[in-house]
Amino acid sequence: MIATPSASPSTAANASLADGFGDHWRPRLETLLADGRAAGADLVEVFLERTDHLGVLAEQERITSVTPAFGMGAGIRVFLAHRDGFVSTNDLSEAGLQRALEQALGMLGLQRNSQAASLFDGLTPLRDFAATKADWLQRCPMLQEATVRLLDGTAALQRRGRHLQARRGSYARDWQEVLVAASDGTFGRDVRLHQSVGLNVLAADGDNRAGVGRRYGTEGRPDDLRQWDAEASAAEVCESAGTMLYADYVEAGQLPVVLANRFGGVIFHEACGHLLETTQVERGTTPFAEKVGEPIAHAAVTAIDEGLTGGAFGSLSMDDEGMEPQRTVLIENGVLQRFISDRAGELRTGHARTGSGRRQSHTFAAASRMRNTYIAAGPHTPDDLIASVDKGLYCKSMGGGSVGPTGQFNFAVEEGYLIENGKLTKPVKGATLIGEAKEVMPRISMCANDLELAAGFCGSVSGSIFVTVGQPHIKVDSITVGGR
Amino acid sequence: MTISTPAGSSSADSATSSLNAEHLRQRLEQLASSAGIRQWDLGAACSTDTSVQVDRGEAKQLKGAQRSSITVRVWNDDGLVGVTSTSDLSDSGLARALSGARDASAYGNPDDTPAFSPLATAPLAHLDQPLHEPRGILQLLDTLRDAERQLLGRHNAIGTVPYNGLAERSSERIYLNSTGACRQQRLTTASLYLYARAEETGRKPRSAGAVRLGYGASELDIAGCIDEAAERTIAHLDYAPIETGRYTCVFSPEAFLDLIGAFSSLFNARAVLDGVSLSNRESIGQQLAVPFLSIHDNGLHPGNIGAAAFDGEGTPTSPLALLEGGVLRSFLHSEATARAFGVAPTGHAGLGAKVSVGPDWFEITATPGSGGGQAGLDRFNAGEPIVWIDSLSALHAGVKASQGSFSLPFDGWLVRGGEARSIEAATVAGDIRSLLKAIVGFEGEAKVTPDGLCPLVWVEGLSITGEA
Repeated sequence: MIATPSASPSTAANASLADGFGDHWRPRLETLLADGRAAGADLVEVFLERTDHLGVLAEQERITSVTPAFGMGAGIRVFLAHRDGFVSTNDLSEAGLQRALEQALGMLGLQRNSQAASLFDGLTPLRDFAATKADWLQRCPMLQEATVRLLDGTAALQRRGRHLQARRGSYARDWQEVLVAASDGTFGRDVRLHQSVGLNVLAADGDNRAGVGRRYGTEGRPDDLRQWDAEASAAEVCESAGTMLYADYVEAGQLPVVLANRFGGVIFHEACGHLLETTQVERGTTPFAEKVGEPIAHAAVTAIDEGLTGGAFGSLSMDDEGMEPQRTVLIENGVLQRFISDRAGELRTGHARTGSGRRQSHTFAAASRMRNTYIAAGPHTPDDLIASVDKGLYCKSMGGGSVGPTGQFNFAVEEGYLIENGKLTKPVKGATLIGEAKEVMPRISMCANDLELAAGFCGSVSGSIFVTVGQPHIKVDSITVGGR
Repeated sequence: MTISTPAGSSSADSATSSLNAEHLRQRLEQLASSAGIRQWDLGAACSTDTSVQVDRGEAKQLKGAQRSSITVRVWNDDGLVGVTSTSDLSDSGLARALSGARDASAYGNPDDTPAFSPLATAPLAHLDQPLHEPRGILQLLDTLRDAERQLLGRHNAIGTVPYNGLAERSSERIYLNSTGACRQQRLTTASLYLYARAEETGRKPRSAGAVRLGYGASELDIAGCIDEAAERTIAHLDYAPIETGRYTCVFSPEAFLDLIGAFSSLFNARAVLDGVSLSNRESIGQQLAVPFLSIHDNGLHPGNIGAAAFDGEGTPTSPLALLEGGVLRSFLHSEATARAFGVAPTGHAGLGAKVSVGPDWFEITATPGSGGGQAGLDRFNAGEPIVWIDSLSALHAGVKASQGSFSLPFDGWLVRGGEARSIEAATVAGDIRSLLKAIVGFEGEAKVTPDGLCPLVWVEGLSITGEA
């Protein structure tokens, strides 16, 4: 055994990382993939990642936290029949990657076999989606500029708000370089840049309190923070806080509701979107598994999931399995068309991949996940929808939500108004909407003509990922409104 | 290209998931010295995880992970603090982290600068945490397959166990600072979760589950987990909608602990200083709850599997009285918040330029000598309808901690005349301040759960929204 005296393994790995990922990784990756195939694996996939994160928090007139972070890692996945083994590691040295491969093989009862012939034909030419994105990180605002912009935001909150007990502005920049290689020849590289900026306030007046926040996010736009309209954001937040500070709690019951556009799309995301991921088909937790070609929603509903809209939070040049994203029509005029599928989903359920294999980081195996998901625009105006309701709830701003293993979903309403005789009347707070997908989807009876998207984060089997939700104003004929 | 490995040259060995504290210290001292940095501290962690999931007898996913991470804090010549985190524990990674922290320190907050904890070298409590050798993934797989098979066999309606997992973890964490503090803790843990889905013809699917933790896979109460998951799932098969109204409610220990955890900013000094807590500096000594309610934070309780011996700043974990007799006694503190309040750090800090604060493990009990509220509380056989809240959902969305309000979906039963029937779908809503004063008593022995210790808690007059 000959030891190299000059470099530790991690130092050597970093030396090759200094130039980032690229075609120079081909020999090492081809060796790994060939070894995996020779051991008997049906398919081997390697996901390499480098990250660079910056978080900044402003409170009142001070920057109170700056949190840079950087990292790297690999996820190696081995398939054998319908099973798979997945191992992640921070060690990108050749020895570290080989160790991870051996562990993944061992999970499936396989082991390296240097005598066996490999059924691996080599990687295809590198599809380099990152080639035009090399300067993205450098074009982002530096720390000094970011702090100034955030303090602009908290100052605008102070000017525009009343009874504000706490004011916060936050900025997050997540840069990620990925390299995906698989034994079917897949070889792709990409750079992703997600930036988001948010403003939050807590208004308090005696026993009345209202916490309101808004967050805005984009992908692939280095100038995003520079173009952020802090005044407009502050005005929106302060107007909502001022209204909700004195709002009564909503009266509970079964009501028709009108959900506003943009983040109102959380209803489709939770009520239906997750149930159209092949991970749910695999688990047997979706009621729609055998419903392709059948109506599952009102004829007014057409729903789409895609990764293509320029600048949208859920857009990507290739997914985390190296496939270019598609525009996937999920539901057309109420009829189920397709599921959102990844490599494992295609293998186990037969639904063709849609470029939707996504993961938070190298520590997660990719899974079928939503990207930019929205209900398409309809023929009505928002006023038509409100005018059609005698007594109901208008949900202007939505909070987060979730869906359980039986298809029951819920989400919170941050800013609501009563609808009485076709008109918006007093503001109400404290509402949680619950329901079941099979029952609610047929009750979305009207869609307006004002489709807009909003950035969000989705947590599920493969971690927390950047997504877009969206919709025009929609009307749900009846839903359970939890309140007091 | 081949790279060979000189022994002992890295700060972390990913093959064995161990940290080399002395190497880390030496490297940080060298790098800091050459950069002119006199004050620094760091937290490092390293772990190896192995987990399995199954689906109707087949292995679904087998997963392994080696992780390492480090957070470095640096004080600059003006006394301001910067921080940087990385998963790259190589020498170049450490150098870059130190440099990044120094750059970030230019933006440190002069009004709220953390310092080293005065307790960072104080003695640590002894924790009885036996280290277990890993069983290996194939044995985990066999164990989980068998558990799934047993659970599926408990009732014809149980068709799948869509969420399941058996995992082992070996981990290590370190705290070091430039004045010589050195904390190190090694731990092994194992976990099992089983969430079953059951469906009867013409009825809606129902789901429930159970979780068990231990220091090793051999310690896990697998039979108990199967029993609990089966019993809870089967108990939800016969369901009916509930009428909207106000009800007396019984919270399971898990549900009440979830609710208290979601409103833990009541006890959080960081949230108080930031103005986002319902409490303020003058709240200490005030009556927040009924006099028979006491809440302690006790990360050292033997039921707290995987307890941390020290917090992110190296302060020892120790028990802390939060509410006694319903009166607020103390807040959870980091070094900086403790200094602001003129008290000692309590061992609840993270590590950062702005240090987060959080609870460890709640003990919710009757105040000694109080009797725990109404004696002989069992009203289940009375005519009054009682709502049993077994588990709460969507706490991330339905709890407004800074406002005190909550509106949460739950799974539970309506109990009337001694008969319990599962509730089809419902939400419970209220205000935490009102709820803490509407507790009418506790029932039964306190139960040890992953999040704390708590008996059944009876509360009057909560709003329930149903679909009837």
